[in-house]
Amino acid sequence: MVELTLPKNSTVGKGRHHPAPAGTKTVKRFRIYRWNPEGTGNPVWDTYDVDADAMGPMVLDALIHIKNDIDATLTFRRSCREGVCGSCAMNIGGRNTLACTHGWEEVPGKEVVISPLPHLPVIKDLVPDMALFYAQYASIEPWLHTTTPEPEREWRQSEEDRAKLDGLYECILCACCTTSCPSYWWNGEKYLGPATLLQARRWLVDSRDEATGERLDALEDPFKLYRCHTIMNCAQVCPKGLNPAKAIGEIKAMLVERVV
Amino acid sequence: MADATPGARPRPLSPHVMHWRWHVTMAASILTRVTGVGSYIGLLLVAGWALALASGPEAYDDYMGLLGSIPGQILLFGFTLAVFYHLAAGVRHLMWDLGKGYLPSTANATAWVAIIFALVASVAVWALYLLGS
Repeated sequence: MVELTLPKNSTVGKGRHHPAPAGTKTVKRFRIYRWNPEGTGNPVWDTYDVDADAMGPMVLDALIHIKNDIDATLTFRRSCREGVCGSCAMNIGGRNTLACTHGWEEVPGKEVVISPLPHLPVIKDLVPDMALFYAQYASIEPWLHTTTPEPEREWRQSEEDRAKLDGLYECILCACCTTSCPSYWWNGEKYLGPATLLQARRWLVDSRDEATGERLDALEDPFKLYRCHTIMNCAQVCPKGLNPAKAIGEIKAMLVERVV
Repeated sequence: MADATPGARPRPLSPHVMHWRWHVTMAASILTRVTGVGSYIGLLLVAGWALALASGPEAYDDYMGLLGSIPGQILLFGFTLAVFYHLAAGVRHLMWDLGKGYLPSTANATAWVAIIFALVASVAVWALYLLGS
């Protein structure tokens, strides 16, 4: 359901300000969403004036610098720091991206505003609850379905058929796309969202998979697939440069093609 | 959705639409919905015109007077904008249904084309009408 404003317990107030250390030459300001389940009250925006020369170039470098040297209570997910794991997906400067591959100098405006991935329950600070996202991914059964007897060695695939997976298999399930989608914001419980649908396409187009019909049946539903209105936020923000909107369009085409 | 730890206070919802820095494609999508609704309202005006026509010369004159007033003309200009924008947006959707135009750069360009087309076409139609009358 469309709700433009946040619930009462979710509106974000003003938080603490952490001034830059004396003698800092270049100050960069970060405004970061904070919420502690063990605290009281609503989420707040804390501001951190950071010595620009003391941190690396990426937003993740800044977050780690803040956590190490300014405020150890700041909580966020991160792991690979090179855009492979998808852990540090968050909203930076009003758009979703990976903190590790996005330079803080690239963010327009005077301050770098950082909040959790949009329209999700917040566990703590920049850590949202992704349980529904993972459950939806599991619902498309993202593994090879076959009925023919298993070959002695691997399931063979021609180079051309393998190439059909390009632009799909690279997805790291960071949820930048899914949580950028207004349709998912308003109907997230029923609409599968861009990441899951891109993965659905990945299995539909796999030449080795033998459950294409069943997979399409499962998607033919007014909500699961057809809540995509080609708003394009998904393709605009994907940190891997993938195009879920196009993948969804291709699934819609497959559904039409099988009845004509 | 997974429950919060028992006894913990309810989790807040992270900021979304009011916090998002929009791309033109998102604005174009929402304009499609808005102008769709606007076109329905415009259709009511047309239905009203047909009703007035059927109700005799006096009712017709009254109705045309209403539409000819400044607020009436503004409403009709809005209707023109809505129809032209929705038309262009419909063409974008047809293109997508043919599997074309999904690149963000292309989608940005077609969004701007739709918006500019709606403005130019509406102004052109009204210029023709005002110059003609």
